[in-house]
Amino acid sequence: MRNTIVSLISIILGLVAGGILMLFIGSNPIEGYSYLLQGALKNLERIGNTLATATPLVFTGLSVAFAFRTGLFNIGASGQMLVGGLAATAVALTFDFSRPILLLVMVLAGLVAGALWAFVPGLLKAKFNVHEVVSTIMMNWIAYWTIYYIVPGYFKGEFLETESKKLAESETLRTPFLTNMFDGSYINLGLFLAVIAVIIIAFIIDKTTLGFELKAVGFNRFAAEYAGMKVNRNIILSMLISGALAGVGGVALYTGNASSIQIGILPAQGYDGIAVALLGANHPVGVFFAAVLFGILYSGTGFMNAMTEIPPELANTIIAIIIYFAATSVMIERLLNKFKARKSNKDKSGPVVEKGDS
Amino acid sequence: MWSIIEQIFPYAIIFTIPLLITALGGLFSERSGIVNIALEGLMVIGAFSGALSIHYLSGVLDNHTLVLWLGLLAAIIAGMLFSILHAFASINLNANQIISGTAINLIATALTVFLARNMTGSGNIRISSGFSPSNVPFLSDIPVIGDLFFTKTYPTTWFVLVILFVSSFILYKTKFGLRLRSCGEFPQAAEAAGINVRRVRYSGVLISGAFAGLGGALIIVTQSGEFTGTVAGLGFLALASLIFGQWKPLGVLAATFFFGFASTIANVSQVIPELAVIPPILLKIFPYVVTLIALVIFSKSSQAPKAVGETFDSGKR
Repeated sequence: MRNTIVSLISIILGLVAGGILMLFIGSNPIEGYSYLLQGALKNLERIGNTLATATPLVFTGLSVAFAFRTGLFNIGASGQMLVGGLAATAVALTFDFSRPILLLVMVLAGLVAGALWAFVPGLLKAKFNVHEVVSTIMMNWIAYWTIYYIVPGYFKGEFLETESKKLAESETLRTPFLTNMFDGSYINLGLFLAVIAVIIIAFIIDKTTLGFELKAVGFNRFAAEYAGMKVNRNIILSMLISGALAGVGGVALYTGNASSIQIGILPAQGYDGIAVALLGANHPVGVFFAAVLFGILYSGTGFMNAMTEIPPELANTIIAIIIYFAATSVMIERLLNKFKARKSNKDKSGPVVEKGDS
Repeated sequence: MWSIIEQIFPYAIIFTIPLLITALGGLFSERSGIVNIALEGLMVIGAFSGALSIHYLSGVLDNHTLVLWLGLLAAIIAGMLFSILHAFASINLNANQIISGTAINLIATALTVFLARNMTGSGNIRISSGFSPSNVPFLSDIPVIGDLFFTKTYPTTWFVLVILFVSSFILYKTKFGLRLRSCGEFPQAAEAAGINVRRVRYSGVLISGAFAGLGGALIIVTQSGEFTGTVAGLGFLALASLIFGQWKPLGVLAATFFFGFASTIANVSQVIPELAVIPPILLKIFPYVVTLIALVIFSKSSQAPKAVGETFDSGKR
């Protein structure tokens, strides 16, 4: 409950800051936000696009949140997405399976690739205590350059050197049923995968021994070890699952929302995942709603930009400011406490709690 | 082989210098006990404000060299001001330093492109020209060394090297340096000795902001000549160099030079026949893989400041 209030206040503060920015460049914030909402939610197609935009963010948010529960900071979701997307694209372009099997193999390939990419930082952390922030950043750049050379080398597009060959509609996560339901939006099966992932991760974290152990390692590594848990194994396992989530996020992004993989770009969704996880208080359900909010901001700014002078980077700016406020939640909590204290001072007729009582 | 080294050396140095000054900034911050993953964003801020002020000042002032130096100064100030956000969050509010740094990275990249797009339309800011390289008189005539170090150098290179040695002196030979290091190792003891830990950490973070801002602007005036909204991960590379260099000024110099040299080799490999036989992908990922290996090797004897990344709790024992 408290986390939710802090997140909501952060969102409001971020939106206010965005409004001030719009004023600063001489635009009307109310007009800007109304176009933004229209751009994201006005009709079925736009709602579909918004949900599709949110899909990879659900995965990266889950990925970061899951690792964070074990006290690990997976900043490498971008790289894990890239290799996941590459693996799925490679499967789609190489094999000639029937559609259900192909899709299944694609998702599995992305999952395994992402997990492997995260395995290296996990192993280095567990065995050599190498800080995962630095090692995942290194892995990001290794992924970046790997894609940079493998895509033009083996999966070159027909017209452009800088992207992979376009996948046929039947080789992507798009499905006529969803496309028609949302009036031609690029929403795809990735959304269902995301919802399933949310449920599975919530179950693992809250209901299983594994989840309990991972959280215990996150709270206090040494206490967990003293209690007989295999800390190193848990660290590696946590990174594997985290990477697998990001990898499937890459599948959803590159073979669902898009139908090709581009070189020279680290997907911003990886870094946004940190924001999503933080705003969602590292809980799967919170992550889902945070991702949808970011989806609204991202997909709405295109329309806003077309109708007004406001640059589309407004969305990123608002998100970044929200995260700053969420990171400094102590400030908000202090204010809340002050507010509460003032309230309880007013009606202090009841018995005061004695020192040492609680 | 020698001629290749001679050819790429100036480029390697140009690449190294922004990385060096940024990593040096990170050194001040981390030695005071604050992890600064925001270096990337602070570089972007520096690049933006440097390019912006040079863009506008060159219409006002005739002396282009002065304009460039003023641009660097603007970048330093902007980086410093922006780093207050990180200092405030991690020192006053006990925020998770990595999350705060990530937030600042996001704010910096988004806000600068937002503003730049609003000003120029494309989101890029061009400057008419940067510094031009020149040979150092007399010294460039020395055989071998002259060719490597004193030909085609930028004034900014010497400026950064001076900062490096001054920093080294400050860190190890002055009262302030000792206090800064003590706050990163054992802040409770430092406080017991009468040091204002928060103030020292503020100065550490502000110095890192100033240096990273300078680093970002140096990219504009020596390499690219244009602000494009990103510094292509150099800030993170600076962070890696800092760890690679084991939080020591000369170690950082060596680590950043390694990255500069390796990246330059990777960039020019296609035009040099001797190097073109190596698949470019190997050259590109080489620095990152070496960093990972180096981290493993150093892990047993890590010289990391003991209290880095921890929020300061003066009551903790």
